[in-house]
Amino acid sequence: MKMVLRGNMATAYAAKLARVEVIPAYPITPSTLFPEKISEFVANGEMNCQFVKCESEHSAISACVGASATGARVATATSSQGLALMHEILFIAAGMRLPIVMAVGNRALSAPINIWCDHQDTIAERDSGWLQFYAEKNQEALDLMLMAFRISENQNVLLPSMVGMDAFVLTHTMEVVEVPDQKDVDEFLPPYKPLYTLDVNNPMTFGAFSSPDNYMEFRYATQKAMENAPAVIDEVFAAFEKKFGRKYSRVVPYMVEDADIVFVAIGSMCGTVREAVKEMRAEGKKVGLLKITTLRPFPKDLIKKYLANAKVVAVFERNISLGFGGAVYPEISAVFVNAGQRPKIYDFIIGLGGRDILVSDIKQTYDIAMKAYADGKDDVIEWIGIKKEML
Amino acid sequence: MNEESLFAPGHTACAGCGAAIALRLLLAAAGKNTIVTQATGCMEVVSTGYPNTAWKVPYIHVAFENAAAVASGIDAALKAKGMRAGKNIIAIGGDGGTYDIGFQALSGMLERGHDVLYVCYDNEAYMNTGIQRSSSTPYGASTTTSPPGKFSIGEDTVKKPLAEIVAAHRPSYVATASVGYYMDFQNKVKKALSKKGPSFILVYAPCPTGWRTPSEKSVEIAKLAVDTGYLILWEMENGDRNTLKVTKMPPKPRKPVIEFLKVQGRFRHLIDKPDEVKRIQEFVDAECRRYGIE
Repeated sequence: MKMVLRGNMATAYAAKLARVEVIPAYPITPSTLFPEKISEFVANGEMNCQFVKCESEHSAISACVGASATGARVATATSSQGLALMHEILFIAAGMRLPIVMAVGNRALSAPINIWCDHQDTIAERDSGWLQFYAEKNQEALDLMLMAFRISENQNVLLPSMVGMDAFVLTHTMEVVEVPDQKDVDEFLPPYKPLYTLDVNNPMTFGAFSSPDNYMEFRYATQKAMENAPAVIDEVFAAFEKKFGRKYSRVVPYMVEDADIVFVAIGSMCGTVREAVKEMRAEGKKVGLLKITTLRPFPKDLIKKYLANAKVVAVFERNISLGFGGAVYPEISAVFVNAGQRPKIYDFIIGLGGRDILVSDIKQTYDIAMKAYADGKDDVIEWIGIKKEML
Repeated sequence: MNEESLFAPGHTACAGCGAAIALRLLLAAAGKNTIVTQATGCMEVVSTGYPNTAWKVPYIHVAFENAAAVASGIDAALKAKGMRAGKNIIAIGGDGGTYDIGFQALSGMLERGHDVLYVCYDNEAYMNTGIQRSSSTPYGASTTTSPPGKFSIGEDTVKKPLAEIVAAHRPSYVATASVGYYMDFQNKVKKALSKKGPSFILVYAPCPTGWRTPSEKSVEIAKLAVDTGYLILWEMENGDRNTLKVTKMPPKPRKPVIEFLKVQGRFRHLIDKPDEVKRIQEFVDAECRRYGIE
């Protein structure tokens, strides 16, 4: 059924369709609509779910861990400072191999406080052991959230997932979304069957104290689960396409085959970049876009496949790893660092704290990147749209 | 004591550990249909060294400050699955994990009305990290972050009245207990678990290492705390302050508090300071009067 939905509502519908059993949550802009919508579903009897009205994000994710270890399908939503407050428990959820799914309204981190879009919050959690998916539009937010349960709950993975959607641009913006039928979702996503639970008939200890004798093996096993994930993600994306007709992949190429310069982007800005690519193609410039949908596990194989033949890769980053540059740039660079044939890779910090990203910004980036290439530059980390008069 | 040992021997707690006694008593009273979640702390470290465990009931440790929140999630999940009946959920924390860092999560769990018993084993300092003061550390006690010195009497604040703060949440059941009076403690555990909704027991648990007391004296000292009026054992039911009653009266006359202080190394620097001992005695007397104890 087609509905006009805000991004937060799309993920709430996904949680409802996934028959999530426990949702502990705490309100934070721009994610608050998610718990509001869930509480409405529960109040109306549309959803059979325990909604736990927590007193902080830290307790919300902690309750997620307790509920997931008890064998329930669990989801929550947060953003920015809330995700940062969860930081400690994110690592524990992954280390305990609990397939919790979380919608994140991607928002800037303080200070200064800012409620608008960038990706700093989830980027800062990229080492936590959570799979990371990013939506370009509300339909993707709903679909990725649904698929995240099946991916996370796969016994070769058993890791939590976060689905990022850009603050306001997606979380609050209404779009037409195809909401699947419950029957089809039930066929696509069977109930969660945990391997181990807190069961009085089969008592087990979760969260044991580990020593130097065994800690590394737990970390190794978790990394192996991450390495198992791409095959599972591809399989679930394919099953989803077969069932619902919408195609997903860990990265999405657009006009990259013959491109001299490929832009790499994440989230809602991909729409703007695609428009810019169209316009520049019309001007005879050989440009393309590679959209990253799955940032964790990092799609090394596909990055290599789609970017190896480009002269220049320009990475757009709605984040800054202070003291280095954007966080995705070094990861893409690492894919090529030992390769024989490799593009020049340049980094562009853009759209922090909700600053608009315009087609003209993308075109400006093209000019900077091509000049840097012509000049044979190596280390390029440029900020797009900085107001020099304010500095 | 005739019991099935659900908190098994072989854990690595110090000899005479009051908290280990508390856990054994707790589980014996609760029985095997119990799910335990525990905050980081001594009792977690000594009981779950991988690949061993002392727990014969399902057990989960997540972090330091969130045992009450984890318990909330377990309660919600069992309810969602229609599996809540016939099971106890017990959250356990030390005084650091309960009075201080876990205080907010505890308040949230109580306020939301989860069907969980929270047990705080109170040894009046951060023992796991090496005897630092917590907000449970009593006035005058020497810890590694409240050392007595030329400008210090030891801890310079009074113990936070946690059980009373819990009582202000109007839980289904709240009580204080001592490992020195184990029947009283176990009766309280049973009573708490018999009630629907949130309950809380603060159990006083001497720490021979942190208190600098002989390991064979833990139970004796836990009794002395009650017999001097230093620790008042009370309970309140159904969120009704009219039900508040003292469950274990000190002997008449009450033993002087110096008898409790002088057997512990953490108070040794006070023993030759009569003004300080008098001050503590006056504080104990005032608290006893509040609870109708002579």
